[in-house]
Parts: sequence; C-alpha cells; structure tokens
Amino acid sequence: MITTSDLTKVYDKTVVVDHVSVSLPDAGVTSVIGANGAGKSTLLSMISRILDADAGLVAVDGLDVFNAPSREIAKRLSILRQETHMTARITVREVVEFGRYPHSRGRLTAECVHKVDEAIAYCDLGEFEQRGIHELSGGQRQRAFIAMVLAQDTRYVLLDEPLNNLDMPHATSVMKLLRRLADDHGKSIVLVLHDINYASVYSDRIVAMKDGVIAADGPPESVMNADTLESIYGMRFSVIDLDGDRIAAYFR
Amino acid sequence: MRRPSVLIGALSLLAIGAAALFLTWGVDGHWDFALPRRAQQVAALVVVGTAIAVSTVIFQTITRNRILTPSIMGFDALYVLLATSVVFFLGSATAAAIPPLTMFLIRACLLMVAATLLFRLVLGNGKRGLYTLVLVGVIAGTFFSSLTSFMFRVMDPNEYDSLLSTLFASFNAIDTTLLGIATVLLALGIGAAYWLGPQLDVLTLGRDRAVALGINYQRTLTMLLLVIALLVSVSTALVGPISFLGLLVANLAYQLTRTYRHAVNLTVAALLAVLALIAGQALLQHVLHFNGTLSAIINLVGGVYFILLLVKESRK
Amino acid sequence: MKSSSRIAAVAPWVAAALVLILGVGSLFLGVADVSLHDVLTDPDVRSVFLISRVPRTVALILAGAAMAVAGLIMQHLARNRFVSPTTAGTIDAAALGLLTATLLFAGASVMSKILIAMLFALAGSLLFIVLIQRIQFKDLILVPLVGLLLGGVFRAIAEFFAYRNNLTQTLDVWLNGDFSGVIQGRYETLYFAGVVALVAYLFANWFTVAGMGRDFATNVGVNYKVVMGAGLTIAALATAVVVVTVGAIPFLGLIVPNIVTLMMGDNMRRVLPTTALAGAALVIACDMLGRWIIFPYEIAVGTIVGVVGSAIFLVLVLRRNRYAQA
Repeated sequence: MITTSDLTKVYDKTVVVDHVSVSLPDAGVTSVIGANGAGKSTLLSMISRILDADAGLVAVDGLDVFNAPSREIAKRLSILRQETHMTARITVREVVEFGRYPHSRGRLTAECVHKVDEAIAYCDLGEFEQRGIHELSGGQRQRAFIAMVLAQDTRYVLLDEPLNNLDMPHATSVMKLLRRLADDHGKSIVLVLHDINYASVYSDRIVAMKDGVIAADGPPESVMNADTLESIYGMRFSVIDLDGDRIAAYFR
Repeated sequence: MRRPSVLIGALSLLAIGAAALFLTWGVDGHWDFALPRRAQQVAALVVVGTAIAVSTVIFQTITRNRILTPSIMGFDALYVLLATSVVFFLGSATAAAIPPLTMFLIRACLLMVAATLLFRLVLGNGKRGLYTLVLVGVIAGTFFSSLTSFMFRVMDPNEYDSLLSTLFASFNAIDTTLLGIATVLLALGIGAAYWLGPQLDVLTLGRDRAVALGINYQRTLTMLLLVIALLVSVSTALVGPISFLGLLVANLAYQLTRTYRHAVNLTVAALLAVLALIAGQALLQHVLHFNGTLSAIINLVGGVYFILLLVKESRK
Repeated sequence: MKSSSRIAAVAPWVAAALVLILGVGSLFLGVADVSLHDVLTDPDVRSVFLISRVPRTVALILAGAAMAVAGLIMQHLARNRFVSPTTAGTIDAAALGLLTATLLFAGASVMSKILIAMLFALAGSLLFIVLIQRIQFKDLILVPLVGLLLGGVFRAIAEFFAYRNNLTQTLDVWLNGDFSGVIQGRYETLYFAGVVALVAYLFANWFTVAGMGRDFATNVGVNYKVVMGAGLTIAALATAVVVVTVGAIPFLGLIVPNIVTLMMGDNMRRVLPTTALAGAALVIACDMLGRWIIFPYEIAVGTIVGVVGSAIFLVLVLRRNRYAQA
C-alpha cells in the first residue's frame, strides 16, 4: 500500500498540493483526474520522489520514499512521465533493459533478459526491438517506455498522462494494456488522466483533485455523476449509462 | 552496429603507432638524450588526452547535450585563476615554500569546490537555455583569464612573462615534474568514471528517469562533478587550458560508436584524444618543425567545428 | 516613463561632465608630479605635460568614443544588442590584419597598416554577417556566441603565424590596449577614429532605418546594402585605427551602447553622442585605475577593461530576460 500523509508542495507561495492524505491500493487501476493545475502530476511526482515535498510523508509498503535507499524504492515503484527529450544512439531494447537497473545495476542476469523479452513481447514491440528510440512514432515510443517500467517489475506502476499525444487507437490500446497488467499480474496501476471517460471505463477507483486537495474518491459509480463532476470541474455534465459503463458528456 | 572492440583495437594500434613515430622520428643517434625526454612528453600527452576526453564525456552526459564541455564552461580558466589566486593572496615567497606536489593538490581541491559550486549556481535550476549557458561559459572564461592577468600584473609589474612561465605550463613547456602525481590522480579519476559507468548510462535518460530507476541523483552528480574537476586540474596543470579538444573527440567518439554506453564512449574518446595529441605533436614538432603551434591548431580546428555545430544545431 | 525621459535628458550632460572631470584628472595623474601652477610657470613641466599627458588623455577620449560608437553601429545593423567589435570577430580580424601587414610588408607605414587591418576587420565582419544569415533562428544569444568563436578562430590563425615568426609577445600587446606608450607624434592616427565617429553621427538616421530591417529600409527609400556596407566600414575603420595605434580595447563597444540605450532608448541620433562620451569616460576611468593600482607601475587599460567588461557582459546576459522586455 502507498500512503501519503499531509503531503504538501508550494510553488512561489501558491499551494499546489495541500496536505493530501490518501492511500493507494496494492492492486487494480486507480485514476487521478482533475482540471489543469489541480495538483495531480505534482502529487504523483512527489509520491515517486522525483519531486521533493515541502511537508508530509509518503510511505510505500512502509518505506519512507524520501529517506529509504532510492534503489529499494525503485524495486517497488516505477513511474512513467512525459518527457520528450530523448538522446539518439539508444535502441528500444536498450530502453527496456534500463528497467532492470534497480535489480542488476547494469549487469543483466539471465532473469533480467527473460523479463526484458517478456516486456517487449507484452507491449508488442518485437519488430522494433533494434530500432533507435527516436525513429519511433509517439505511440510506439510510449509503449517502449511502458515496457521499460514493466521490466522494472514493480508492484506499483505510476503513469503521468500516458495518453498525451496519442490518437484514439493508440490510447485505447495503452489503456487495455494497463488493464491487463492489473488483471493478469496483480499490479497496482496509478495514472493521471485527462479523459474522464477512459478513467470511468478502465478504473477500479477514481481520485479527483481540485485546488490541491482531494475533491472526490471512490469507484467510478460514485464519482461519475453529474453533480460530483460539476463540483470538480465547475462546468455542466450529463452522465449516461452505456452498456454498463458510465459515460460523461460535457460538450454543450 | 559497429563492433566496439574492433574500433577500440584499431584506435589503440594507431595511437601506439603515433607514439612510436613521436619517439623515434629524426632522433639521429642521440638516443640517450632524446628518448627519455620524448617518453616523458608522450606520457604527459596520454595523461592530458585521457583526462580531457573523460571529463568532457561525463560533463556532456550530466548536462545532456553535445555542445557544452568543461573547458567551454571556463573550468580550466578557473583552475588557472585559482592557482594564481593562491600565489596572489599568500604572497609569492610563502607560495614558493610550498612543495609543488602539495601546491598541486591545493589547487585541485580548490577547483573541485569552486567548480561544484559554480555548476550548481549557473546550471542548477536548468531553466537557462543551452546557448545562454555556452555564452556565459565563454565570457566567464574570458573573465577568469582577464582576472588572472590582472593579478599577474599587480604581483609583478616588471617580470610578467618570467613569472607566467614559472607558474604555468603549456604545450611548449609541459610540466613534467607533476607527471607522477598527475598519473595517480588520473588513474583515480578514470577508476571512478568507469565505476560510475552504469549510473552514467542511466543518466543518459535524464534526471527524472534516473531517479525513478533508483539513482541517488544529488550524490551521483556531486561525485561526477568532483571527478570532472579532478581531471580538469590534471590536464590544466600539465599543459594549461585547451579549449576545444574535448568537444572534438567526444563528438567524434559518439559518431563512431553510435552507442550511449559509457564504457565504450569513454574509452573511444580517450583514445581519440591521445591519438590526436601525439600524432599532432609528432607531425608538428618532428616532421614539420612547427614547434609550439599545437594549441593554436586545436583552437583553429575546434573553433571552426564548434561554429558549424552551432549553425547545424540551430537549424533543427 | 516620466522618470526614464528625465534620465534621457540628463544622461548626455552627466556623460560630458564625467569626461571633463576624468580628463582633467588624467592630465594630472602620473609618475612626474605636475601641478597647474608648474605647467604655467615651469617650461620643463610644461613640455612633459604637452608631450605626454595631453596626448594620452586625448587618445583615451578618441579611442573610447570610437570603440563605443563602432559597437553602437554594429548592434543596430545586426539588430542584436550583443553584437560588437568583440563579439563579431572584428577586433581579432583587425589584429590578424595587422600581423599580416607586419609579416608581408616589413616597414610598412602606419597608414598602410591601418588600411590592411581595416580590410581584414571588414572581411571578418562580413564573414560574420554571412554566417549568422545561415542561422535559421536568430537567437539573441547564439549570434554573439558565433561571433566570439569566430574571433577565436581568427586569433588562433594569428597565434600560429605569430609563433612561427617570434611575434607572440607583439600579438599579445596588440590584443591588450595600453596607453602608456602614447606621446606626441605617436597617437595622431586616432584622430581618424574621431572623424569616423563624427561621420557616423551625420548618417545616424540611416543606420536607425537600416536597423529596422531590410524591408523597412527599402520601403522608405534607403539603399539597405549601401548603408550596411558603410556602417560596417565605419566600425571596421574605428576598430583598426584603435588596434594599430594603442591595441584592442575589448568589450567596450558592447557594454557602453547597452547601458546607454538601456537608459535612453534606441534612437541612434539621440543616443550616439552620449554613447561616445560614456565610452570616453569609461576608458579614461579604467586607464586611471590602471595607473593608480600599482603606482608607480601601470596596468594596461586592456586588462582592466577586460575584467570590468566581461563582468558587466556576464551580468547583462544573466539578467537578459528582464532586460529584453524592458
């Protein structure tokens, strides 16, 4: 379990994340939603210790992320963020191999090679294996980095807006992949999403943020209703039931 | 895919060939005089080339670009300034009483502290554009060397050049007295660089991904900066500042290896630097008898290459 | 706005007053003790005064004004605040030209040396212009960076030939301005630089128009290429005269126009006289500092300006974001 207590981040006197205390489960898909600037990505960055907190604690399976050896955290928790700058001279397979770094420190064992092969196959990257990462399309590159966190083989997988810049087929295939990962491998997937309908369809739980605090938290059935969404986003929604999924429309 | 071992083997052979040429060309039978002297020069060039190449490759990995180098950021000018400051503030009599070895270590330590601080001050928040950093580095280098010559003037208004030549080395006057300690420190620096190789590989992905993969970023960065400062001290103490050698060999190494792996890139860049220095010096000194022009030629070739690199990068 | 226009109104007078005060100070600062009374009564003192002190002070004023004006013209023509004789390779090209003249035409007259140095400076500036036209994105920072590197290349070429001909120390002297050798009969070429600055003032409006860009210039009926060529020639001539007569004064053409336009805006005709005066004042101040610090010895003005100028340039670059919007 990941627990945060009173986690806080302040930028130039603006409180971006305000004393957030939340627990994230051992398994299943958890989506974090909210308007721009609500503090979603900042929360995720602090949980994964990429960003220092100004106050508060994060514990992953009881380990304090800010003070425990970074490598021990990296065996339990992985994070995938949006970052476009990527050096040339690196192949898809090498990117995936980096996922094994916390386990092998650069010297791949037989188990590592096996995990890397598995991750590449799982993300359907076999044909690109030896290609340079910069030669791939956006969707393919995103899959390569998902394969990397897969190879890292952590219980918790955190993803910050993994659907950014992906077209609909690619976005859906990424969401299916993440869902399978939770179902088949029992991992806990936590992701920041902008598209609330993807969150609704694929998540077990939705955490909604507004102005640095948690505004709603529960299964999609409880969060995906017009009143709750309106209080989160400050606009009108109508929510319909579509073959058992709750879909929100907000276009008018 | 190129085979790194073939590349490394070929470059090693070329470097050995260049060294043989350097040692033997035009000796005309004065072997006992020429050989030990030339052997010392070769050793110094090997140390200098390796130190410059390794420090540059590491620096480019932590700053994630192919344009910045320690020397372009003014690190070697800073070393010369610090070395001068020691004499300036202690007085030349006190400074002269310090044994050369101790003096060298004092300077190296000063550079490690100053470079680490400056790096964090200027590059720390990562918000400045790449070109701003390069320009700041180039001007800072000018500032450091202006301040150095100012201090020289104040210390010794008459004997400017004699003090200059006793204090500082150049390719024409390689400081071979420090060769022993420089070799030891170089070995230390290289050992650390290869030991940190896998971490450097991960840093290729950027700070955030490296942290996510369990790198203790602050500690690793500090260690790498210390290694860089150590290596810059080594090369500058032996032959003085050389602006563009690191830039040339590092970029050429990336072209040749086409990999991110530091075990390969560090080795290839170091071999290229050693080869360039020895072959260049052999050609200029022994074949063409153009003594003392190596640094001018490196600055010329490197400057032109740098301009082309900037123009090319700006078109991306 | 009001306060800045008040600064603009006061600045020329302040600069003129500074030149006057510092100029008088420079006349009476030196190894030989000279007082006003002695000058008027003692013929020996008077001759020291006229042969050494007056020429030195006049030379400082002329060189400082010329370098500052050259910088102002170049930053207008390149449409980049950080372009100057130092950051466009002009100074190093002039030094390379002087070396060429010395090597190829031994015993050449000062005038022919100036001419050759000017041609090299002009060619260097043109090469710089051609280079930056190949840069797609004309970054405020990238342009002077390319110029500094180009200057480094010229210097490397000069160093190579200087070393081959045992002229390394001579080259160092050329690249480091020094007024200690200025006496009657050895500085008068600097009057050319003064004339050049004057000519620049007469044609200032054209440079302002050319500074608005090629299309704008053509639109109002100004021949862009002619103005561009004239401006670069003026800057090259001023630089060449200074380098040949007293040695390079780095960064001056960069920092003075920047500081003055920061206070007075961009209208060249209005800014130019103040720029010239401020350049003169700064060079006199640095020269006096150099004469005072290790009295009775001297530190070359080039060394002092190098320290002060690079420090100010660093500050300008580092606070550029605020500055560029101002």
